[in-house]
Amino acid sequence: MNNNSVLNMDGVQKVFFPGTANQRHILKNINLNINQGDFISVIGNNGAGKSTLLNTVAGTLIADAGTIEIAGNDITKKPVAGRSKWISRVFQDPKLGTAGDLTVEQNLSIAINRKRHFNLTWFKSKSERNHFKEVLAKLDMGLENRLDTQAKYLSGGQRQVLSLIMATLSKPNLLLLDEHTAALDPKTSEAVMKLTNQIIKENNLTVLMITHKMEDALKYGNRLLMLQDGEIKVNVSGDEKQQLEESDLMEMFES
Amino acid sequence: MIITGIAQGLIWAFLAIGVFITFRILDIPDLTAEGSFPLGAAVTIKLMVDGQSAVVATIVGFLAGCIAGIITGLLDTKLHVPSLLAGILTMTGLYSINMHVMGRANLPLGMQKTLMTMLPDSLDSNAQTIVVGVLIAIVVIALLWVFFQTKMGLAVRATGNNSMMSAANGIKTDRMVILGYAVSNGCIALSGSLVAQNNGFSDIGMGIGTIVIGLASVLIGQIFIRSRGMLWQLIAMVLGAVVYRLLLTIAMNVGVSPDDLKILSTIVLIIVIVVPMIQGKINEKRQLNKYLAGLDSGEKETINE
Ligand SMILES: Nc1ncnc2c1ncn2[C@@H]1O[C@H](COP(=O)(O)OP(=O)(O)O)[C@@H](O)[C@H]1O
Ligand SMILES: [Mg+2]
Repeated sequence: MNNNSVLNMDGVQKVFFPGTANQRHILKNINLNINQGDFISVIGNNGAGKSTLLNTVAGTLIADAGTIEIAGNDITKKPVAGRSKWISRVFQDPKLGTAGDLTVEQNLSIAINRKRHFNLTWFKSKSERNHFKEVLAKLDMGLENRLDTQAKYLSGGQRQVLSLIMATLSKPNLLLLDEHTAALDPKTSEAVMKLTNQIIKENNLTVLMITHKMEDALKYGNRLLMLQDGEIKVNVSGDEKQQLEESDLMEMFES
Repeated sequence: MIITGIAQGLIWAFLAIGVFITFRILDIPDLTAEGSFPLGAAVTIKLMVDGQSAVVATIVGFLAGCIAGIITGLLDTKLHVPSLLAGILTMTGLYSINMHVMGRANLPLGMQKTLMTMLPDSLDSNAQTIVVGVLIAIVVIALLWVFFQTKMGLAVRATGNNSMMSAANGIKTDRMVILGYAVSNGCIALSGSLVAQNNGFSDIGMGIGTIVIGLASVLIGQIFIRSRGMLWQLIAMVLGAVVYRLLLTIAMNVGVSPDDLKILSTIVLIIVIVVPMIQGKINEKRQLNKYLAGLDSGEKETINE
């Protein structure tokens, strides 16, 4: 491990229903180091363990063995809220990333205050509201005029963009994306992916992104992982990744 | 008779506010109410019998309710007991606690001055109750409203709405849930405390059916006031409780026996659950017909061109 390391997973294991007939070993001795500025695309068959990998990093699942460190801090046993200091996340389902009954402004307020919720000062603030407006105006989706709309009345695409903004507003050390465009129609999906890439580049974010789209995995990011049956089968970066083609990926899947 | 209903409704309003916090904001069906309501009554009356002032006794009653809420909250969040069962456990345990606090099943207040009878005698008893109810309602609603404008208050609302998103954004959701349980049951115990002072006694059985009364008040209030604003939603709870009491008062006046009041509460609750659903369906149908009719006339216009 080096100074540049954002995330380091060492010998991480995850077993569901241990000791029963349904026992399933989903993550098998995962060793993974992510450096500052890495943008990693993760691909793999359904059930390969991609989401489980992300869940153990985010804290929704706790690793059964091994250690996970972020920016030099051991977070192996930390709950989700404790990890949010470093990690943010966009879920596949647009509904999961936002509170539907709260307004766009209130959702953003929660995201920007992620380190100080135990606080009895007013959540509404003029300067914050202006800041939100500026950020949303740049997206050109008209969201800046909908600050007082409840998130549940936004379209799926708008709601997912809101999740994305919430996840990146306070520049996390690591951004986790789990097929975050999969629930959207093809056009919106592409637009959201482009926007994601733009935000990542602008803020120089470190990203672990699961995608089911080969072309996105090839097009975006400087590294590519393929998970198969709970193991990292392919881990390429740099030129080697840039030279990959769809046919290479298909071959990997078949092997 | 109407005045009596209003006076009664005001002191039951804190039950509605408490139930609103768990049921609507946290989205948790909390049955602790059945124990925390008589707990507030028992603690207040016991302290007053022992010579404490009504003010101190009422505040301690409120705090006792908060503790009951914290216990349910801990069972729910830390021990992962399903919330419905957690409430039942606390409520059942509280039965014994309440018996110990009172020392007997029914504890009369005696000659001690209550929050109501502290007021000048020139006011009749209903007027005294109304003044006390309105003043405390203003304080409680103001405090809650302010709280829900703070970062922590927003965190509580977010937790109730989407705990996954809340945790992902750094909210310690367990703490927010426990806090919600505490404030909710504090309000419910406050209601019990005021009702007991008004009745002049505390009774071990006075909690039976409170959750149904509370839920009915919440739903009635929300039928009348449909604002998203927190202030209006809280005011709606007071209105709901008052309307509910008026319904009961009217029922008693037309000869429904006190024994039948519980089943009446149940029927009222069923009605207020079902009515908004039917209203919604009718409204949807009307909007749909309007929209389809609009389509028809639109088509004709294009033909005419
Ligand atoms: N919380 C859980 N409890 C039990 N089994 C789970 C859990 N999460 C995932 N699994 C199982 O682990 C396997 C891998 O799931 P997942 O990581 O979601 O795969 P992927 O995202 O690669 O499609 C699946 O068979 C799934 O059923
Ligand atoms: Mg998955």
